[in-house]
Amino acid sequence: MKLPALVKSFLLGIPVGITFLDTVGYVARVEGISMQPALNPEAPVTDYVLLNRWSIRTREISRGDVVSLVSPKDPGQKIIKRVVGIEGDLISTIGYKQSFIRIPEGHCWVEGDHTGHSMDSNSFGPVSLGLVTAKASCIVWPPHRWQTLKPEIPQARRPVNIS
Amino acid sequence: MSYIPNISNYATKLAGVLAYMVQYGCITHCVLEYVGDFVICTGPSMEPTIYSNDILLTEHITPRFQRIKKGDIIIAKSPSNPQIHVCKRVTGMPGDKVLVGFSSKVVPRGHVWLEGDNRSNSADSRIYGPVPQGLICARALCRVWPPKEIKMLTHKKGQVIVR
Repeated sequence: MKLPALVKSFLLGIPVGITFLDTVGYVARVEGISMQPALNPEAPVTDYVLLNRWSIRTREISRGDVVSLVSPKDPGQKIIKRVVGIEGDLISTIGYKQSFIRIPEGHCWVEGDHTGHSMDSNSFGPVSLGLVTAKASCIVWPPHRWQTLKPEIPQARRPVNIS
Repeated sequence: MSYIPNISNYATKLAGVLAYMVQYGCITHCVLEYVGDFVICTGPSMEPTIYSNDILLTEHITPRFQRIKKGDIIIAKSPSNPQIHVCKRVTGMPGDKVLVGFSSKVVPRGHVWLEGDNRSNSADSRIYGPVPQGLICARALCRVWPPKEIKMLTHKKGQVIVR
């Protein structure tokens, strides 16, 4: 069966494209208000962020990173939150079943910047690092929101063991 | 004067070889990531169903569509170390009551309860708790090595049916 050259190169391009998206990164739309004011501060205008998959391949997450992860409550959904604590940190929680928690090995504590309007570790607890899929490095759309996302934790939410 | 055309020929050939390598590397990545791959198991926690150094054929399609059922043998990222994988059987789906020691726990939404078939020698959900479904990478289909032990791994708990 002789395939036209165009169809053949299209078919060969699909695995290359998928590998690129899996290995390097892609652009995703942010929905919701849980990361205000860092992301989506002007609802209904939504931000589009660049999700960097290259930088998490060694799974080195640091405090303050904005990451996308598979939701522990619904494996078909991805959520985007900020890492507020890494393994070993002592976190004072808001509304969690324990008021203080030490984060176990291989886990992290994620929170949305908009405290109180965010479904995050305060409802589902520490998140295993295997659920983190990408790091959000910068906002790419709309153009007046072009910026890199800074790894900063709001002062009120810093872990207890970090002065 | 005749060696310059040779170098440009050589460069074109090299570029051609590299392009093929990239194309087939990407196709391999897509197959291993989205279709299935082979897994070498180590450890005693799934005896007598699976022994150490057995090679299993696994598929990546059912976990991606959240079609994992109770009794399936799955490969998941370890909750406490995302760089290593564990191979266990799903013994509890969300809403099921499972026995831990003398008390019972309910498996939360979006999680599964994993146990090794070798109950006396297995670190599983009885130690690290329910595992989020987002950590499951693959479902084991059958054993392919050693060759005289080739058999399908069905989901009848505690019983391996030879087909």
